[in-house]
Amino acid sequence: MRDIAQLEKVGRQIRRDIIQMTTLAGSGHPGGSLSATDLMAALYFEIANVDPSDPMKEDRDRVIYSKAHVTPLIYSVLARRGFFDPELLKTFRKLGSPLQGHPHIHCVPGIEMSGGSLGQGISIALGTAIAGKMDRAPWRVYCLMGDGELQEGQVWEAFMAAAHYKADNLTAIIDKNGLEIDGTTKDVMDIDPLEKKLEAFGWHVIECDGHDYGQILYAFDQAKQTKGKPQAIIAHTVKGKGVSFMENNAEWHGKAPNQVEAEKALLELAD
Amino acid sequence: MEPKATRFGYSEALLMLGEKDDRIVALDADLAKSTSSARFRDKFPDRFFNMGIAEQNMVDVAAGLALSGKIPFASSYGVFVTGRAWEQMRTMVCYSKLPVRIAGHAGVSVGADGATHQALEDIAIMNVLPNMHVFSPCDYYETIKATMAAAYVDGPAYIRFGRAPIPIITEVDSPFEVGKATIMKKGSDVTVVATGTMVNEALIASADLANFGVSVEVVNLSTIKPLDGETILNSVAKTGCAVTAEEHQITGGIGSIIASFLSLNLPVPLEMVGMGDRFGESGEPFELLKHFHCNSCEIVQACLRAISRRQTSRVVL
Repeated sequence: MRDIAQLEKVGRQIRRDIIQMTTLAGSGHPGGSLSATDLMAALYFEIANVDPSDPMKEDRDRVIYSKAHVTPLIYSVLARRGFFDPELLKTFRKLGSPLQGHPHIHCVPGIEMSGGSLGQGISIALGTAIAGKMDRAPWRVYCLMGDGELQEGQVWEAFMAAAHYKADNLTAIIDKNGLEIDGTTKDVMDIDPLEKKLEAFGWHVIECDGHDYGQILYAFDQAKQTKGKPQAIIAHTVKGKGVSFMENNAEWHGKAPNQVEAEKALLELAD
Repeated sequence: MEPKATRFGYSEALLMLGEKDDRIVALDADLAKSTSSARFRDKFPDRFFNMGIAEQNMVDVAAGLALSGKIPFASSYGVFVTGRAWEQMRTMVCYSKLPVRIAGHAGVSVGADGATHQALEDIAIMNVLPNMHVFSPCDYYETIKATMAAAYVDGPAYIRFGRAPIPIITEVDSPFEVGKATIMKKGSDVTVVATGTMVNEALIASADLANFGVSVEVVNLSTIKPLDGETILNSVAKTGCAVTAEEHQITGGIGSIIASFLSLNLPVPLEMVGMGDRFGESGEPFELLKHFHCNSCEIVQACLRAISRRQTSRVVL
């Protein structure tokens, strides 16, 4: 039986880490980290076959970050899952730290690949998935994507190729929070109707509330059972989720909270 | 042996690599016939992936394959595989030091397709990337060897080959080593550092100048990165002047590369033969090389200028 209450607790812990890491660093991306928190907590604590004591084990599921600017989330979820000491989170974005602003390949256990230039992770994930199919491997590939980055043309090259090569071991998790740096995706460059576009590209599309653990887990289960097609989980999310003054505000895409703001946020995120 | 395009050396090597190593995979962007990777496709269909006309995705898919233990070779026209997918090479492949090998035909000798398809900047934009290896072999045999060697270098690699048939100037068993320039002809008056198609032109220039009593040393720069500084220094220390020759923009090409190396280590008069900050155009390969001053006649003149400048500077000294 899956323990939703435990996942919610993990989610709050990760969100507190996100606030503390960005505040301490004085920079970083809290908005998109908070919107994808529940998706990654569910993936790492319930769904993905990963083992912190053997991070490179052959049959592990591969997680590739396409929206890799959400390093506060990525590093926190890995640390909290046991891949490395959470103390290291305090060095985020500091000179000499393995926790770079955007991740570098194998910088800490659990990081499969470098990332940060948008629109590329899905192609990397596809190459990984193709290799898995060549070897008839049991593992799956998960790719966390943003909705803004779907404006990159390469993403659609990858979507086309993934369906062409019937990469059914590949699941794209699209954090559809509706905001990017310059405003709403609708105003900046509309990506909708996303579901229809993905279906037209040959993907199996699953929609869910990206903050409802029951729905998220069900979406992952559906994805796993899909044969012959790559799957996209379109998760409807709120940018800045969990911190009242950050929610649905594009300003918090790439801005760190100050001390006062952080304390306010941490109060809201307390257990 | 008849002249042969170096692109066929690429596929010949892929076939040999594919035979002995299951990890070798090939990708192309709808140019499998042109790059000749189709030969690998026909022999190893399960290890070949046509990614369609989408070079950016192709290079990152290759990166994903490399992450998972494969040794991918991705080919297209040199312009597109290095230029269209440059940032993919930079941020994903080179930063992660993944064993992705890209390859393409380059230079004005690509011919009648014209400027859009003639890569003249590829050496510059690949050479600038950390962790990169850049190979520019001089003939069919050397392209086989460079491709075979590229499969196992530590990190990414670019193999520059050509589309037009060119003379074969090395032997099947001539040595080839990653990061090692080879002396094609010994000489004492001037060093010509040439790469790709221009190595043969340098040999022709060397023979022409020999008739006038000028002794030219021809260095074949088949690996541009990492640069074999030792061989170049030893040669230039002996001759006291140098000429670079390439089918590429001089700026950013081996003209710039050798100039910066020599200016730091052994400043001597240096002349450069290559494309002078302009685009190519349509024509027959060798007609174009002549038109754009990338041939033996230009190398002869550049050698004479370099020698003359060396003599002048000695007087000044």
